Amino acid sequence: MVTYIIRRLIGALLMLVIVSMVTFSIFFVVPRMAGATSEDFANRYLGKAATAEMAAVAAEKLGFNDPVPVQYGRWIKGVFAGAEYDTGASVEQCPAPCFGYSFVKRQPVWPELIDRIPVTLSLAIGASVIWLLGGVATGVLSALKRGSFFDRAAMSVALAGVSLPIFFTGIVSLVVFSYGMGITAPGGAYTPFEENPAEWAYNLLLPWITLAFLYAASYARLTRAGMLETMGEDYIRTARAKGLPESTVITKHGLRAALTPIVTIFGLDLGLLLGGAVLTETTFSLKGIGDYAVQAIMTNDLPKIMGVTMVAALFVVMASLIVDLLYAVVDPRVRLG
Amino acid sequence: MKKGSALGLTAAGVVLTVGLAACGGGSSQGNQAGQTGGDKASAPAAQEAFNAGVDKVFNPSDAKGGTLKFAISEDWDSVDPGDTYYALSWNLVRIYGRSLVTYTPAPGAEGRKLSPDLAEGLGESSDGGKTWTYKLRAGVKFEDGTPVTSKDVKYAVLRSMDKETFPNGPTYFNDWLDLPKDFKSVYKTPDVNTDSAIETPDDQTIVFHLKKPYAGFDNFAALPGTIPVPQAKDTGVKYREHVIATGPYKFEKVEAGKQYTLVRNENWDQATDPVRKALPDRYEITLGVNADDLDNRIISGDLHVDLAGSGVQPAALGRVLSDPAMKARVDNPTGARTWYTSIIGDVPPLDNVDCRKAIVYGADRVGLQNAYGGEFAGGEIATGLMPPSIGGWKKLDLFPTGTGDAAKAKEALAACGKPEGFETTMAYRADRPKEKATAESLQQALAKVGIKLTLKGYPTSDYFTLYAGKPEFVKKNGIGLATNGWGADWNDGFGFMSQIVDSRTIRASGNYNLSVKDKEVDALVDKAMLETDTAKRDAIWGQIDQMVMERAYVLPSVWSKSVLVRPQGATNVFVTGAFDMYDYLGMGVQQ
Repeated sequence: MVTYIIRRLIGALLMLVIVSMVTFSIFFVVPRMAGATSEDFANRYLGKAATAEMAAVAAEKLGFNDPVPVQYGRWIKGVFAGAEYDTGASVEQCPAPCFGYSFVKRQPVWPELIDRIPVTLSLAIGASVIWLLGGVATGVLSALKRGSFFDRAAMSVALAGVSLPIFFTGIVSLVVFSYGMGITAPGGAYTPFEENPAEWAYNLLLPWITLAFLYAASYARLTRAGMLETMGEDYIRTARAKGLPESTVITKHGLRAALTPIVTIFGLDLGLLLGGAVLTETTFSLKGIGDYAVQAIMTNDLPKIMGVTMVAALFVVMASLIVDLLYAVVDPRVRLG
Repeated sequence: MKKGSALGLTAAGVVLTVGLAACGGGSSQGNQAGQTGGDKASAPAAQEAFNAGVDKVFNPSDAKGGTLKFAISEDWDSVDPGDTYYALSWNLVRIYGRSLVTYTPAPGAEGRKLSPDLAEGLGESSDGGKTWTYKLRAGVKFEDGTPVTSKDVKYAVLRSMDKETFPNGPTYFNDWLDLPKDFKSVYKTPDVNTDSAIETPDDQTIVFHLKKPYAGFDNFAALPGTIPVPQAKDTGVKYREHVIATGPYKFEKVEAGKQYTLVRNENWDQATDPVRKALPDRYEITLGVNADDLDNRIISGDLHVDLAGSGVQPAALGRVLSDPAMKARVDNPTGARTWYTSIIGDVPPLDNVDCRKAIVYGADRVGLQNAYGGEFAGGEIATGLMPPSIGGWKKLDLFPTGTGDAAKAKEALAACGKPEGFETTMAYRADRPKEKATAESLQQALAKVGIKLTLKGYPTSDYFTLYAGKPEFVKKNGIGLATNGWGADWNDGFGFMSQIVDSRTIRASGNYNLSVKDKEVDALVDKAMLETDTAKRDAIWGQIDQMVMERAYVLPSVWSKSVLVRPQGATNVFVTGAFDMYDYLGMGVQQ
């Protein structure tokens, strides 16, 4: 087990290095292939009235004249050893892990990412609890009451949940529940958990439900399909023949086996969300990692884009590792080594 | 199963119907943002009417108190007065900073006039317009109680010229002040004597020396760069985290990319400030609010103003214009901004004026107006590059403004030796649907006269630095047309035209002037700069506009208009001609 974890951790690290190289290449190599010069890169960080001389000075100062591998090496060095950035008036410190320095916003990337993680974490965890409980419970009940009114209604709602994009359901929910009925918080409302847990939950209720509605739908359908398949297996018949109570048959034998694919998809979904619930955060104006990514892309702020990509990749890789470890817990047939 | 699906869809439909009904129900019944005085009797609301805030003050009041709630979907460059180039920021900065002169807080054209602010009067010129002197008002203090002196203004102007530290602001002072050659910046060469550019003979007097005469220097003095900065408190790039206020409000909270709150500055003295009323107790500015949600919140009264001041999103447009109750809350000003297409003469056959004219004749001008959003959200069909709010503007009638004149276009094609038409490439910003629609409209209209356009979209972020604004790329890729747009830094010919018609501004990349490369135009620009009489100077800029159009260097689409939703619960609401958005200086909260 320990060997397996170490092996996976090394693999995860390699994966992050590859992601960083690919991302770096997309932003620093591909534009050069299209004819971009060092001054063109520098112009992104200069104002509307920058002259050619200013662009040349900035290109040199920002290191765009160096070979790309040197620039990449400098970025990697910053991650482990920190870096310094000359802002003209002063030299700004970017302590390790320095994921770059935003010359647009004049601040290191990492502290801002850290500042935004609690928002994304709050959103993703709250929503995932709702969708996991709601989706799995609905799926189980639908499977057990196959063909009933409940089953049909639940699956129709699930279809709507999967079909409606969150930027639509989110805006409509805000208009109806926040601005119309006044029962939920308006967009952009967020209170840190440690300040006021009740207000934290109240402010996030609508984003949670909206996001969970989208995911619960697919989880309900997946769980239903899994349960229908599992409940038809021979070992379920055997369990019933042994005289086990129906609740034990369903939860211990049926649901446990049906949960394996759910755990897989849940881990990846949660990892992706932790890397930035872009649509939900922008729809509800929440200042999380996803909103940060959008801002970075809109302003073409490459260090920010690099930073957020690495954080997103880290969450997905870690989630994937945790899922693999959980397999052994959920499914006794799986042994890690 | 069919029954179940139908039920689900019906349920979803009910939710959507309720939602959309609520969307459209943005009447005066909504919660009114900022109405904090629950124990105070509400004053009767003013009568809502379309354009009620364009040329007059809507809901005038001198009542103080309350919180003005602003929001914006994106961040802007900086709150540091020396590092900002956004109109919204130049409008907002006046609540916490006082420049030497400022725009009069008044509706419409009156708002374009300059009033003395930190200075006692407008600038006094001497030396044929090369020297400008301002006397500072007595008693003006920073938020920490320190008196403001002319040295603080000088320091602020000089620091704003350090483009390594403050890349965002304009470069007018860099270009015009007579600085010694060995001066690099206040940070790198602090000991270099800069009196040849700015003198401060005493604490209340500041004298600017220019390299060449410029009669409109008061427009420079209105730039946020003249807002005083105490040298001892200057933290370079970090100053944006705590700007030292001289206006009636100071920053209480600065959360970059998230939120700003401003509260009253107890060291601001109304007796020193004839410009500001300082009505609200507090400003709350939320950043990064979803643009559609922001519109909904303004409509419902949960927010007062979209700080961007550029109008509602397409999603809300139909709703606010089709509902009479909502339309009564709309202000629809014409801005000092023109959306146009540059016709680039570097690429044959567009080096021939008649080939360029064929494009202007063949264009469907109504189609171009629709591409930008139509009469209300897009703007008025433009007959020239210069918009009507710029001094010296005159209505030109050189080309038809209908759906295209095929006969005239073919005549022009014959004159340029291409009777069968020609092919060229048109660049546009791919992530701007209006520009894509512009390109498609032109493609369809010009195909009728034999001009075949190949459309190529490029990302906005690199449009001017890597693509359309880079002459080498333009020539290599045969780009003959490129969508473009420009807004005035201030509303005179120099403020609008100088960067987009003067060929001497063109550099290796990052150009906004893509097509006007004409020595006669350059000569007229020089003539306008030297003319000290405002009326004569304005007339020259009008002449330049006419020349640019006659030689078909541009195809103007619209003089932009925006659909602004008037805030509920706010007083003194009006559109200032200085920025063509709501004036943020005079606005108050209904008590």
